Amino acid sequence: MPRTRVEPRFQIDYLSILDSDGALDDALDPRIPPDELKRMYRGMLLARRLDERMVKLQRQGRIGTFAPLKGQEAAQVGSVATLTPRDWMVPSFRETAAMLWRGWPIEKMLMFFAGYLEGGQPAPEQRDLPITIPVATQLPHAVGLAYAAQYKDDDAVVMAYFGDGATSEGDFHEAANFAGVWHVPVVFVCQNNQWAISVPLKKQTHSRTIAQKALAYGFPGIQVDGNDLFAVYAATREAVARARAGEGPTLIECVTYRLGVHTTADDPTKYRSDDEVKAWEKKDPLTRLVPYLERKGLLTPGLDAEVDAEIAAAVERFEATPPPDPLTIFDHVYAERPSSLEAQRTELIERLSEQGPGRDAGDEPPSPPMRGQRMTRR
Amino acid sequence: MAKLNMVKALNLALLQEMERDDDIVILGEDVGVDGGVFRVTEDLHRKFGGKRVIDSPLAEAGIIGTAVGMALYGLKPVCEIQFSGFAFQCFHQIENHCARYRTRTQGRFHVPMVIRMPFGGGVRALEHHSESEEQFYAHVPGLKMVIPSGPRNARALLVSALRDPDPVIFFEHKALYHAAKEEVPDEAETMPIGRAHVDREGRDLTLVAWGAMVRVAREAAEVLHTEDGASAEIVDLLTIAPLDRETLVRSVEKTGRVVIVHEAPKSFGAGAEILASIAEGAFLSLEAPIRRVTAYDVPFPGFAREKANVPDAARVVAAARETLAY
Repeated sequence: MPRTRVEPRFQIDYLSILDSDGALDDALDPRIPPDELKRMYRGMLLARRLDERMVKLQRQGRIGTFAPLKGQEAAQVGSVATLTPRDWMVPSFRETAAMLWRGWPIEKMLMFFAGYLEGGQPAPEQRDLPITIPVATQLPHAVGLAYAAQYKDDDAVVMAYFGDGATSEGDFHEAANFAGVWHVPVVFVCQNNQWAISVPLKKQTHSRTIAQKALAYGFPGIQVDGNDLFAVYAATREAVARARAGEGPTLIECVTYRLGVHTTADDPTKYRSDDEVKAWEKKDPLTRLVPYLERKGLLTPGLDAEVDAEIAAAVERFEATPPPDPLTIFDHVYAERPSSLEAQRTELIERLSEQGPGRDAGDEPPSPPMRGQRMTRR
Repeated sequence: MAKLNMVKALNLALLQEMERDDDIVILGEDVGVDGGVFRVTEDLHRKFGGKRVIDSPLAEAGIIGTAVGMALYGLKPVCEIQFSGFAFQCFHQIENHCARYRTRTQGRFHVPMVIRMPFGGGVRALEHHSESEEQFYAHVPGLKMVIPSGPRNARALLVSALRDPDPVIFFEHKALYHAAKEEVPDEAETMPIGRAHVDREGRDLTLVAWGAMVRVAREAAEVLHTEDGASAEIVDLLTIAPLDRETLVRSVEKTGRVVIVHEAPKSFGAGAEILASIAEGAFLSLEAPIRRVTAYDVPFPGFAREKANVPDAARVVAAARETLAY
């Protein structure tokens, strides 16, 4: 009996359309309508400026720990922009740009990072899951949503975000496997930002690409320049169209870089070099887009100031919002409060009334820890 | 009315609720064509098809994780974890997500799902097929933890779980699956989750038990009655969490003496919470220290030695006699 090849050798495409000097490959241009492109650039800029503002707010103790996205704006906006409001968006914890695009109010996101769960509440009818912190655990949820949509003859597509580190988790592999077997409309968007806190990609996986992991589960994977808005958009648009047409899941690996800290409690100088960061700063998704937009006359004058004003107004609204009542912690544990919980609620009412009617009764200063952080570092 | 064992009674609950509610889907390992390794989902695949009765890949986190997504969308998934000993591979999905989604999103989303698991010993099974893990789930805010003790209440509680807006962990004791038949009404009936049942009225002593230990408690109560002339009350918990403290306290206010019986190891088991609740709610009624008869604090010792470890009537009777003589 001879040894026979049961699968042909595989290949993985890498897609790049707008290079880091701002030159566009005309043949691959996804021809994004100009107004949409302007909106996308605005979304990226808003996310970048908010991100910078939030780092400052954290340093000033006005919000708690949060995970900046700086450098990943194209990966997020380029992908999320291919969804309709009827589609589902499943974020991890660094998807500020994608969440802003989906309509999350800035002040709500600030509330979340100030330690109030009220900030994690999607609006009624909004088809977004909230921030999920345990790595990769949101991915099976995306597959279940997609199964349910298909079951209900709803042509919604589900887009799920995660990072390179998440591809080491069992939940990633189980989600991908279920998605392949069930052939459901999911687009897995991996933002390979090279670092899972301090662990580089080469210690995370021995695969040449993350995209190729899709092939083991029976669906296509593609690697794209994740700092190239056009490449991300083109690849995800194709994947969303495939999903909607009943052609199953796709894995898109956006090769990008976390220019900032893992979270505000992280110090990346301990594990990576300035030279590496500088090299990636040259590939910044925003700075490469600006000359292109300029050439096309799509740069709105005064946009930076407009975006900053929007952020400032939202920060003001956030800081003017009285903290929610501490008693709300008992409100959404079960549909109906069991008697034991009712008794505990009564105890807190009594404690709070003893403390007097201080506005901040029961509130802690904002410093919620997140995975892999030293709590002392602020 | 038909006389059914627990397997058939659970199957009836699933069948009737699926006929009533198109949003119910079943997923798990071997639940489809095979009807589940214990046959609880027998024939449902044939009746409702593979879209509603899903033979999933062999992956517990995948089963619970995808079911969370289905529930978030608005379906009502019923997951079968083949043996409770394998649920540690999905415990993170249960604790991180099933239990918390309502709180995390401040009520915008919730996860109405039922997770069925066979548990418990006494069926000469291997490691991971014989343990009792109710305490892990009972400790998690946001979950409900239900354990029926016979065919009729199993059917009624499963119907209630399927109609419940919160995630319910539903433990089915393997030793009870075929142990007895009971009259089960044709029409669906429910039982309130969170309410214990006084299985036998008594004056002198309260025995608290659930699952297969209710049988052990009944046997012990019979011995105490005939040999000691003592009248034991049995509280069948049925729901571990949220715990029905009122029924426990009311019983102890009457009897003043308590023996708690469970199959899980003693330390930090559900018995400890029951003991504390009674001490908090009925301290002045107590005539004797509260006793616990449980498995020992050892990992599964192998089924050949199960009898040495899992409580039986003789151990319960001995503990009861000491309590009565105190």
